[in-house]
Amino acid sequence: MAGGNAGGGHRSPSEPSERIGIADRDGVVGVIMLAPAVIYVLALVAIPFLLAIALSLSDATVGNPGIHHFVGLANFISVVREAAFVFALRNSIIITAATLVLLTILTILQVELLARNFTGKRIAEILLILPWAMPVALAAVGWLWLLDSEFSPIDWILRAVGLLGPGTPLGPANNLYYLGREWLGIGAVVVINVWRTLPLSTIIVLAGRTAIPNELFEQAELDGAGYFRTLLQITLPALGTLLIVAILFTVLVIFGDMTVVALTTRGGPGYTTEILPYWAYLKGIQGGALSQGAAIALFLFPVLLAASILALRMAYRSEGQ
Amino acid sequence: MAVLEVRGLAKHFGDFKALQGIDLATRDGEFVTIVGPSGCGKTTLMRVIAGLEKPTAGDVMLNGKVITPLPPRARHIAMVFQSYALYPHMSVADNIAFPLKARGVAKGEREALIRWAAKVLGIEALLHRRPARLSGGEKQKVALARAMVRKPALFIFDEPLSSLDAQVRAAARAELRQLHDRTGVTTIYVTHDQIEAVGLGDRVAVMQAGALRQIGSPQELYYEPANTFVASFIGTPPMNLLPRDGVIVGFRPEHALPRAAAPDLADVATFAIRVTRTEFLGSEWLAYGSIDGAFDNAKVLCKLQQDVIGKVKLGEIQDFVVSRALVRFFDKDTGLRTAPVTV
Repeated sequence: MAGGNAGGGHRSPSEPSERIGIADRDGVVGVIMLAPAVIYVLALVAIPFLLAIALSLSDATVGNPGIHHFVGLANFISVVREAAFVFALRNSIIITAATLVLLTILTILQVELLARNFTGKRIAEILLILPWAMPVALAAVGWLWLLDSEFSPIDWILRAVGLLGPGTPLGPANNLYYLGREWLGIGAVVVINVWRTLPLSTIIVLAGRTAIPNELFEQAELDGAGYFRTLLQITLPALGTLLIVAILFTVLVIFGDMTVVALTTRGGPGYTTEILPYWAYLKGIQGGALSQGAAIALFLFPVLLAASILALRMAYRSEGQ
Repeated sequence: MAVLEVRGLAKHFGDFKALQGIDLATRDGEFVTIVGPSGCGKTTLMRVIAGLEKPTAGDVMLNGKVITPLPPRARHIAMVFQSYALYPHMSVADNIAFPLKARGVAKGEREALIRWAAKVLGIEALLHRRPARLSGGEKQKVALARAMVRKPALFIFDEPLSSLDAQVRAAARAELRQLHDRTGVTTIYVTHDQIEAVGLGDRVAVMQAGALRQIGSPQELYYEPANTFVASFIGTPPMNLLPRDGVIVGFRPEHALPRAAAPDLADVATFAIRVTRTEFLGSEWLAYGSIDGAFDNAKVLCKLQQDVIGKVKLGEIQDFVVSRALVRFFDKDTGLRTAPVTV
C-alpha cells in the first residue's frame, strides 16, 4: 500500500492491493504452519521411538550406548523372566484400572456438584482445582508427610479415635506404614493419581455439562424423573463421549507415568509396588542396562496406542455429532 | 379436565419484580393464551405454574387444590418448551416413553400409549429416528406426543411455534387447536405474537411488566380494550391513540374512512387528517398521516379497502370519519378506559 503511494500514482486508500503476499499462497502457508508440529513429532516422538526399538533389540548399555550389535528378542525374553516383571505389569494394570474407576465416579460427583448453584461455590471450585495448580515438588512433600511411616497425620487421627495402636481393630502397631506395605502402597499411589488428575477431568467434563441446555433437565423433572434417572438417562448420555475422552486421556497419562511411584514407594517393598515405566527407568538408566530398559518401556506401547486410537476416534465422533 | 387458578402470584428475582400479583382462573377445558412483549413475565408465570420456580407470594391451584408446594412431577401438568427439549440421544419412541417409564407405567400400556399419541399426531413413521434428524414441525409433534401420553390435567405451551418457519407455523397452529378440541385438556399457551394469541385462544390474557392488564375473549380485547396498553398491543396495526384535552381518543385503523367515501354515514366522529404516504398491502392499503387541530399533529394510521383508496388525496387535509360506536376513550394519566366524551 505504502509503496504504491510512494510511486506517485493516484490511488485511493480503499483500492485493493494486487500484490500477492506469502499469506495468500495456500501451499506456503500450509507448510509454514505444519512445520513446527511435524518437526516436533519427528524429533521428539518418531526418532526416540525408533531408537527405543533399535535399543531394545541391541546390547547397548549406558556405558556403551552405541547400537552396534543386535541380539534379537533376547532383552524381551530376559525381562519377562524376571520376578519384577509380573509385579510391574500387574501393578501398572491395577493402578491404572483403579484410578480409572475412582476417577470416573469422582469426576461425575464433582461435576454434578459444580453444575449446581450453592453458597460458597466459588471457594469449592478453587479448592477442587487446587491440586492441578500445585507444584509437583510441593505436592510430593505434602503427600510424603501425610503417608509418613512415623508422623503421618492420618495415623494420628486413627490413633486418636482408637482405631490404631495396641489392642485396636487396625492392629498392635502404632503406624500403618503406608508406603512400606504392598497393598497400602498401591492404594496410596492410586489415591495420589486420582488426586492430581481429578481437577483436569472435572474441568473437561464440567465444560460439557454446562453446555447441556437447562431445559433438558427441567423437562426431565416435569416428566417425573428422579435424580438417578436424570443422571443415568439424561446427563451421562449427553456427556457421553466427552466423559470417555477425558477418562481415556487420563489413562494415557497414568499408565505411562512414573513420578508418583518414584516419589513415594519407589516400587518397594521388594518389587511389590513396581510399575512398568519406573522399572524401565530403574533398569535402563539407573541400572545402566539401556537395552533392557527400552524393552520394558515397549511393553507399554500397545496399551498406550490402543487407548490413543480409541480416545481420538471418540473425540472425532463427538465432533461429528 | 381441570381448572387452573392462580391467586396473588408474585415472583421477585432480587430487586426485579417479574410477577406482581397475578390473579387468573381458567375454565374447564379452556384454551387460554397469554400474550405480552418480551420480559413481561409470561414465561415466569408458566414456570411458576409448572413448578419450575417457587413463587415469592401467592398460590397455584389445580381443581381447587393448592399445588404451590408440590414438585413439578407431582402436578399433572405437562409443559412443552420453546426449544421442545427433546432428549437428543434417545429415539422418538424413547422420548415419548420417558415420562411413562419415569412413572413406572408397564411396558404393554406404555407401547399402546406411544402408538396412540403417534397416531393422533401422525408421527408413526418417525418413531425410530433421533431428534437431530427431525424438522422443526416434526420435533414439535414429538414434544406434543411426549406431553400427551402422560394424560396431564393441564398443558402449558411456552411459545411452541416461534422456532418454526412461517409456512409451517400456520399449519402447526391449526393442528394445536384441533388437538386441544379433540382432547379437551385445559391449555395455557404463551406467546409474544398477538395474532397467534387472538387466533388460538378461547380467552386471551394480556401481560405487561409483570402484571395482567386484561383477560377476555379475542373480541372483547379487540373492541373493548381496558387500557391503552391492550389497545396498542392487540390488532395489526394497533389502535390509533390520540391525546386531547386530558383524554386519549382511540380508534382502530380499519374503522376509519374518508368522508368522501361514506358521505351518508351517520353518527360519526370526524378527524381532519393529512395523509402523507400510502402503502399497498395486497388486499388493502395503509395510509400514514398526521391529524390536525386539537390533536397536535399526532401520527395516525388508517387501513383502507381497495375501493376507497381512490378518494384519498396525498398531502391534503381531508376529513376521515369513524362510527361513534367504535371510538374509545382512555384516561391520559392512568391509561385506563373512561366514559365517552364528545369528539
